[in-house]
Amino acid sequence: MSGRITVKTVERPRMGLLEQVYVFEALRGLWVTSRHFFLNLWRHTLKAAGLKAEPGAVTIQYPEDPAVVARRARTRHRLLKREDGSPRCVACLLCETICPAKCIRIVAEESPDVMVEKRAKSFEIDLGECVFCGYCVEACPEDAIRMDSGQVEMSAHSREDMVWTMAELMGDQPKLRPIRPSKDPLAG
Amino acid sequence: MSSFWVDALWSAVKVLGAVGFGMGLAGILSWVERKQSALLQDRIGANRADILGYRLLGLFHMLADPIKLLVKEDFVPPQGQRFWHDLAPGLSLACATLCLAALPFGDSFELFGRSWSLRPLPMGAGVVFVLASLSVGVHGIAMAGWSSASAYSLLGGLRGAAQMISYEVAMLSILAAPLFLYGTLDLAEAVRWQARTLWGFLPAWGLLLQPLAFLLFLTAGAAETKRAPFDLPEGEAEIVGYFVEYSGMKFAMFMTTDFVESVVLAGLTTALFLGGWHLPGLGLLGLPQPLFALAGVGVFAAKVVAVLWLLMQIRWTLPRFRYDQLLALGWKGLLPLSLLNFAATAWVVWGWTR
Ligand code: SF4
Ligand code: SF4
Repeated sequence: MSGRITVKTVERPRMGLLEQVYVFEALRGLWVTSRHFFLNLWRHTLKAAGLKAEPGAVTIQYPEDPAVVARRARTRHRLLKREDGSPRCVACLLCETICPAKCIRIVAEESPDVMVEKRAKSFEIDLGECVFCGYCVEACPEDAIRMDSGQVEMSAHSREDMVWTMAELMGDQPKLRPIRPSKDPLAG
Repeated sequence: MSSFWVDALWSAVKVLGAVGFGMGLAGILSWVERKQSALLQDRIGANRADILGYRLLGLFHMLADPIKLLVKEDFVPPQGQRFWHDLAPGLSLACATLCLAALPFGDSFELFGRSWSLRPLPMGAGVVFVLASLSVGVHGIAMAGWSSASAYSLLGGLRGAAQMISYEVAMLSILAAPLFLYGTLDLAEAVRWQARTLWGFLPAWGLLLQPLAFLLFLTAGAAETKRAPFDLPEGEAEIVGYFVEYSGMKFAMFMTTDFVESVVLAGLTTALFLGGWHLPGLGLLGLPQPLFALAGVGVFAAKVVAVLWLLMQIRWTLPRFRYDQLLALGWKGLLPLSLLNFAATAWVVWGWTR
C-alpha cells in the first residue's frame, strides 16, 4: 500500500448547442410527458368504456384495495411452534434484551420437557412501541420469532389494544380488537 | 327601450360572461392541474371528494377546496398592516379579472337592424390595456410581501416584483414585432388581420408568421403569470414566497389570480398568434351571421383551452429555473432576441409594403 489517495475526476457532461438552446430539450421533455398523458388517457377511457386495457396508473387505491407488501417486508411478528405444537421459544430473553424499543416482555417458567428446560409463560409485544427493526428476529437462536405475517394493519383505539399476547402472536387466538361502535372507515 | 339601455345591458351581459368564463375556467384549472399532472405521472390524482358516493373523476374537489378555504381562519400577523394585507389579494385578483374583459371573444354581427359586438370592452388599445393591468398586479405582490411583516414574505415579494417587471419589459418588446406586422394595438383588429390566407390556403396566423415571437411570448407569459417553470415568487412548498402569511380565502384569491392570469395569457396568445375566433373551414358551413359569430366564440374558447393545456403540460415537464437563471433568461435571452426579431420584422414589412 503506497498510501496515496487516487483522485478520479469526473467530467461534467458538456452541453452541446442544441442543449444550450433549451427549446429542443424542452420539446423532448414535452414529448415524453405528452406520450404518458395521452396513453394513460386512452387507457382510462377504454377502462371506463368497459373494455380491457392496461392500467392507466400504478396507484393502489389503498383502503379499498389490499396493501401490497413485499415478501421481504418486516410486518407484524409471529411466534412459531414446534412440530408437536408447543412454542419454539425457550425464553432465552435474547430478543427482549436486544430490542431497542424495550417493547418485548417475557415471563419465563420451567418447561415440562427436559430437553427444552425453559419456556415462556407469557410473551407480549407492544406493537405501539415497536420500531420494526427486526433485531428480535435476528437475535433469536431458536427461529421462534419471525416478522413475516404480512399484516400491516395493526392500529387500535387504545394503547392497551396494541399489546399482542403470546396466544395472539402464535395465531391460537385471534386478536380481539374492540372496535368502537362509531363510524370506523376501516371497520367493514 | 332606448338604444343606450340596450347598449348598457348588452355590455353588462358581455362583461359578466367574460368574467364568468375566466373565473369558471380558473376553477376548473385547479382540477385540471391535479388530474393532468396525475395522468402524465401515471397516477390517479385527487378523487376522494364525493357527494352521495359519486366521485365524478374528482370534480367535487373543485367545490370542496373553496368551502374548506372559506371556513378557515383569516390570519393577519399581529405586526402586519391589516388594511394592506387585506387589499393585496383583492388588487391582484381585480387586475387579472379586468384583463378578461378586454379579450376579443368574437366578431360583431348584425341583428335587429343594429350591430352587436361580442367584445366585452371594445378598445383601440386592448393590448396595452391588458399589459398595463397585468403590471398593476405587481403591486398586489409587493403589498402582500410588505404588509405581512415577515422577512420571508418581503423577500418573496421583492423577488416576485423583480421577476414580473423584468419580464414585462421583455413581453412588450416581444409583442412589438407581431403588432407592427398587424399594424394595430386593437386585439380584434389583430384577429381580423389574421383572417387572410397565405398563398391561398395557409391561415395567416401569428404562429406561422412570427414563430419566434410566439415562443418568446409563451415563455415570457409563463414568467409574467408566475407559472412554472418560473414560479419562484410562489414556490408553493419549497421556496417561501410572498403569500406565506396568507391563509383561507385570501390565499385562495392569490391562487385564483394565478389561474385567471393564465387564462388571460392564453386569451392573448389566441388573439395575437392563433387567429382568435377564426377557424379555417368554419365559413363553409354557411351559418347565419349571428350563429357564425357565436361559433367564433366557441372557437376562441377552444383555442384558449388548448393553450392552457400546453401551459399546464409545460408546467409539469420542466424543472424550475434558478433565480439568476430566470433573470438572465429574461434580460440576456428574451430581450435581445425579441429586439432582433422586431428589427427583422420591421425590415421585412418595410420592404414588403414599399
Ligand atoms: S422489531 Fe425491533 S423494536 Fe420491534 S420487537 Fe423486535 S427488536 Fe423490538
Ligand atoms: S430470542 Fe427467540 S427463543 Fe429467545 S426469548 Fe426471544 S423468541 Fe424466545
